[in-house]
Amino acid sequence: MRQHRLALCGEHFTEWFISRTQRAIERYGMFGPEDRVLVAVSGGKDSLALWDVLLRLGYDVEGLYINLAIADQQYSEESKARVEQFASERSGADFQIVDVKKTYGKSVLELARERRGREVCSLCGLVKRHIMNRVACERGFAALATGHNLDDEAAVLFQNVLRWQTGYLARQAPVLPSTHPRLARKAKPFFRFYERETAAYALLQGTDYIYEECPHSKGATTILYKELLNRLETRSRGAKQQFYLSFLKTRREEGLFSGPREKLDLGECENCGQPTTAPALCAFCRLWGMS
Amino acid sequence: MIKLVYRGKEWELKAGMTARAAIKKVGLDPESVLVVRDGQLVTDDTILKDGDEVRLIAVISGGAQNCFHFEGCPGR
Ligand code: SF4
Ligand SMILES: [Zn+2]
Repeated sequence: MRQHRLALCGEHFTEWFISRTQRAIERYGMFGPEDRVLVAVSGGKDSLALWDVLLRLGYDVEGLYINLAIADQQYSEESKARVEQFASERSGADFQIVDVKKTYGKSVLELARERRGREVCSLCGLVKRHIMNRVACERGFAALATGHNLDDEAAVLFQNVLRWQTGYLARQAPVLPSTHPRLARKAKPFFRFYERETAAYALLQGTDYIYEECPHSKGATTILYKELLNRLETRSRGAKQQFYLSFLKTRREEGLFSGPREKLDLGECENCGQPTTAPALCAFCRLWGMS
Repeated sequence: MIKLVYRGKEWELKAGMTARAAIKKVGLDPESVLVVRDGQLVTDDTILKDGDEVRLIAVISGGAQNCFHFEGCPGR
């Protein structure tokens, strides 16, 4: 089935891709035509493709680029340049940049050096999530959209299953509603696309995206999981899709992972006001020693 | 002969096989690359003819900056 989609000629593939995104947005109630949507853009294929599709569908979107100063700024500069170029070629493609070092005084790498034992990626993830959420809430966006595709979701699911992280398994979803005034609604309109499809879309539009991976992603287990799932897919077509979509369906229909979990007691961070399970400061604010 | 190019590497293979078969032959996974011939994206059941030069584009992203490693609990 899938093979046929990629077999569509360029023009029809593009049409198919855009209308399938629209259907996902509607069917999962991600956001509506009146909503302002913040789209996290990295300069990679998925996020630029998402920004492109949402603009074409006429949504009220704005980009957010987070400058993490990766690889002595070089990788970040290159990815930022892709975002700037993309925006300059389209009307209405406005975006905001948050520079981590300028805003908080240290880059993610500097933080990681100070706290030996904490991996760069885990700090980076924490910083990105916090900033995306902060910008979305402070500036009143109805939703935060990210370019995660089916391969991303399947790899994360694989990881969560290997570790039986029932908390994550309960929550991993194409759309996460806001459960607190300082917690943005999150949506992944590309969650049904294979990574090959988002890459094909970006290529067909002639988008100049950053092709190299972040230097810190070398050896990441999630990449290994993607490779493993791709091997399965090559053996049996549709395997990845079935793994993830059947998970969503079965969880919904059979009420899996909704059992006795301790209700998360969410308080508010004394510094930034974002919800947290910690007593005083959230994990992000503790990082910078804020008070 | 046909030529495959991928991340600075090159292979020469016999003409007449599908792109998918050629990709497997050089030890790559057809699921993780896209096939570009003469600047055009082609499907992997395309038969490669004598003289074709094909560029393979890796599709796995682990790394653009919004990558999802350690996607954790929101609000934690
Ligand atoms: S690979 Fe790690 S350091 Fe690089 S963007 Fe992803 S989470 Fe951040
Ligand atoms: Zn805080």
